[in-house]
Amino acid sequence: MGKAKDKQSGAILVVGGGVAGVQAALDLTDLGYHCYLVEKSAAIGGAMAQLDKTFPTNDCSL
Amino acid sequence: MDEYNEGLALTRPIHIDYPQAVPATYYIDPKACLYLTHGTCQICVPACRSNAIDFSQTAEERQLSVGAVIMAPGFGRIPDETLAKFSYGKHPDVVTSIEFERLLNPSGPSVGEVRCISDRRHPKRIAFIQCVGSRDLGCNNGYCSSVCCMYAIKEAMVAKEHDPDLDITIYYMDMRTQGKDFDAAQKRAVEQYGIKFVRARVADVMPWGNSLKLTYSTLAGRHGFEPFDMVVLSVGLDAPASAKELSEICGFDLNTYDFCKTSTFAPLTTSKEGVLVAGAFQGPKDIPESVTQSSATAGLAAGLLQKQRGDGYIVKDYPQEKKLGKNEEPRIGVFVCRCGINIAGVVDVPAVDASLQDMEGVIYHSESLYSCSQDAQEMIKQKIKEHNLNRIVIAACSPRTHEPLFQETLKDAGLNRCLFEMVNIRDQCSWVHANEPEEATRKSKDLVRMGVAKARLIQPLAEQTVPVTPKALVIGGGIAGMTVALNLAEQGFHTSIVEKNAELGGNLKRLKYTVTASDPAVLLQQCLEQVKNHKLIDVCTSSEIAAINGFVGNFSSVIKTTKGKKVTEQTIDHGVVVIATGGKEHRPAKVLGSEIVYSNRVVTQQELEERLAGKAKSLDFVVMLQCAGSRGDDLAYCSKICCTQAVKNALKIKEINKKSQVIVLYRDMRTYGFNEDAYRQAREQGVIFIPYSMEKKPIITSKTNKVTISFFDPILQEEVIITPDLLALSVGVVPEGTEEMSKLLKIPINENKFYLEAHVKLRPVELSVSGVYVCGLAHSPKPLDEVIVQAQAAAAKAAMPLVKGLVSVEPIVSHVNKDLCIGCGLCESLCPYQAIRIQKVDKTRIAETIVASCKACGICASHCPTFAINMGGFTNDQIIAQIEAFGKS
Repeated sequence: MGKAKDKQSGAILVVGGGVAGVQAALDLTDLGYHCYLVEKSAAIGGAMAQLDKTFPTNDCSL
Repeated sequence: MDEYNEGLALTRPIHIDYPQAVPATYYIDPKACLYLTHGTCQICVPACRSNAIDFSQTAEERQLSVGAVIMAPGFGRIPDETLAKFSYGKHPDVVTSIEFERLLNPSGPSVGEVRCISDRRHPKRIAFIQCVGSRDLGCNNGYCSSVCCMYAIKEAMVAKEHDPDLDITIYYMDMRTQGKDFDAAQKRAVEQYGIKFVRARVADVMPWGNSLKLTYSTLAGRHGFEPFDMVVLSVGLDAPASAKELSEICGFDLNTYDFCKTSTFAPLTTSKEGVLVAGAFQGPKDIPESVTQSSATAGLAAGLLQKQRGDGYIVKDYPQEKKLGKNEEPRIGVFVCRCGINIAGVVDVPAVDASLQDMEGVIYHSESLYSCSQDAQEMIKQKIKEHNLNRIVIAACSPRTHEPLFQETLKDAGLNRCLFEMVNIRDQCSWVHANEPEEATRKSKDLVRMGVAKARLIQPLAEQTVPVTPKALVIGGGIAGMTVALNLAEQGFHTSIVEKNAELGGNLKRLKYTVTASDPAVLLQQCLEQVKNHKLIDVCTSSEIAAINGFVGNFSSVIKTTKGKKVTEQTIDHGVVVIATGGKEHRPAKVLGSEIVYSNRVVTQQELEERLAGKAKSLDFVVMLQCAGSRGDDLAYCSKICCTQAVKNALKIKEINKKSQVIVLYRDMRTYGFNEDAYRQAREQGVIFIPYSMEKKPIITSKTNKVTISFFDPILQEEVIITPDLLALSVGVVPEGTEEMSKLLKIPINENKFYLEAHVKLRPVELSVSGVYVCGLAHSPKPLDEVIVQAQAAAAKAAMPLVKGLVSVEPIVSHVNKDLCIGCGLCESLCPYQAIRIQKVDKTRIAETIVASCKACGICASHCPTFAINMGGFTNDQIIAQIEAFGKS
């Protein structure tokens, strides 16, 4: 967390690049904010990327 | 070991998890690399022609200065010890649901074929065991994981699609399909797919000859065992492994289960200022709710940092768009995608590619393994430059999902994004003609030829934008509406709330206490004061919307206010609309076939709550009836809140008098998430929960001074008749006024009269009309904390066009040729989006498209008697050229 010295930073840190983190980051940019998305594994997507289809409509999840 | 496939397959130490991974960059698995584990090998270093492997790299620490943090670390795994009692780890055919998910996946380890792991035979009988690692104090997970019932049903249905002869049984305690339209999916699973649901606890699973033996006990105390080829454990969502570490680093609190601690009234705010939480770490939840929470945290963070908006924001630059001369020859590049085996497994891709040789206008053509991968984009850009291509055709999958990606590539290469045509040879060829490869190939060639014919005629289209009035209108002044207004105002946007009653507050005024012991009156008071004091919020009470005109960014509404006999009207301009019109308690005249006489002895749960909060005497004997009028009785759906409400009231009755007797008759107790704790607490305090089935419904005889209930007790196995002091009916929630509003705004509602969101999973608070958003009970029944989150998410989404200050319009909208238009008005009467209107220009009537509202459906163009309307990118000439090309094989 940034320690504000003279001016508070307007950037936002998102921890976790699953569907929740990715959506938060996308929405933040749409709201006009610079965003750092931090993910521990090699690719974003999290658990949702392992799913084939999603309930209840059986849409593809990728 | 391939971790992406849950260790069910092997992969190389240097690999990419799956072809669509972002970033699509190979990485070295440090656990498998010989150099990193044993200090030897390094054979990859000279093998890499781009010299991209650098073993001297070490972990770096970077210091970032940020104004807020959003925690979204997801969920963790249920430990193997918990799974071991079902022979997981001892027998290979006992798998977790995530492993089963991979087995079902066409890109998974068995290429989508369901096979036993032990001997690769096709299983005939599969069992799902629910609540593994959930609702189980044995592993310290007292909560319900909220998603397992749904994914088990989904996996069972998908497995049946792969092999219709499969025999699938789901062993469960309560079927918790409480989400919007979820019950309907379960019904399909039973009726269409023949999946069996058995209410029983599974004692153990043991190897038995070639297969597995599953022992269970039912509610009636009957024990039984069944053989299965495969057993799937519906594992719950644990707290993420990093929970403790994150909480220590950031300084926020965790709850007893190591999930992030938040409160009912501020569900996404951690105990540390400036740190917000979204997704499964806040509590187990499904994808739509995670997505909703994420949007909500984005809006909250934007509210916290309103003054710093735009700080460090980088806008992507595109190269100057190349001008295309009017008569410039088309130079078309065609890329035919293999999509791994998804297309190439059926369609002869090299033959399709070869058919492009010498086709008129085609300068370059090639095939690619995955056209959507990052390296393919680089290749496309390079070929555009190299061959001076000015139109691109991609034969691959659906433009619905992938067109934006390729158009972005065109823009990066300096081409107008409309100089692009996509041909869908996956859905329309390899998928639907999977068993006819030759025909699929022939059809692919036809479609590609047609795509090229159209591409010869496509023209660049200008990007259009429309300015936005930076104000919002919120319809409904309950907790949802007030939350939306407060967040939008925090973000700096003027907001008007229109409330039909004389006061704000809605249902929250009737809520007396919550299951988490927080006081709703405090929240109400706080909200009312903040709304009243905020300079950017206007409130119109006793008011209704008389008319709404306009489109995203430019709405104009007439608000009618009735104060006594005085009726006044005012018009306000606004850029967005948020609908938060709420719902109310249902009041069925008949419950489970019995006529109901509401009286002092027969009340609804909300009435009971009000009575318990007042100076009520203690009640000796109370019966609660769940799903009274819901789930196929009177209302088709589950109202999500009634089970927790019943538990809450039962606990209150016990708090007032420990000796009171409370019986809850239920179908499935749906106290999902952490509410399971309250359900357990109620049982511990002696509240009796007895399930009933729709085959043997309880019968209610209600008179004004006496109520009798007769029901079948599954433990005693006999009919029981009781005469309680009070019967509380859990009656469900119905939306209010959605039909009128749906007509006013032309937005769709579903068969249960709730608003239909734009996309169930990915756009849960947006409606099909641009600039209109929905939240709260008008969307679907849900508890207070979820209403607050959804309202915050709607505020975040609604703020987006207001922040941008303009709306960009897809260039494919309709365009009227004024010289040909005869002003008949057919188009205006047919447009489902109110996006085309007749204007008077010098005494003649001419149609005009409202570009910001147009969804490019093409209805106007296809009906225009004088062919005066063309769709951008789908002109009559282009479509005729396509049809002609179809005829020339």
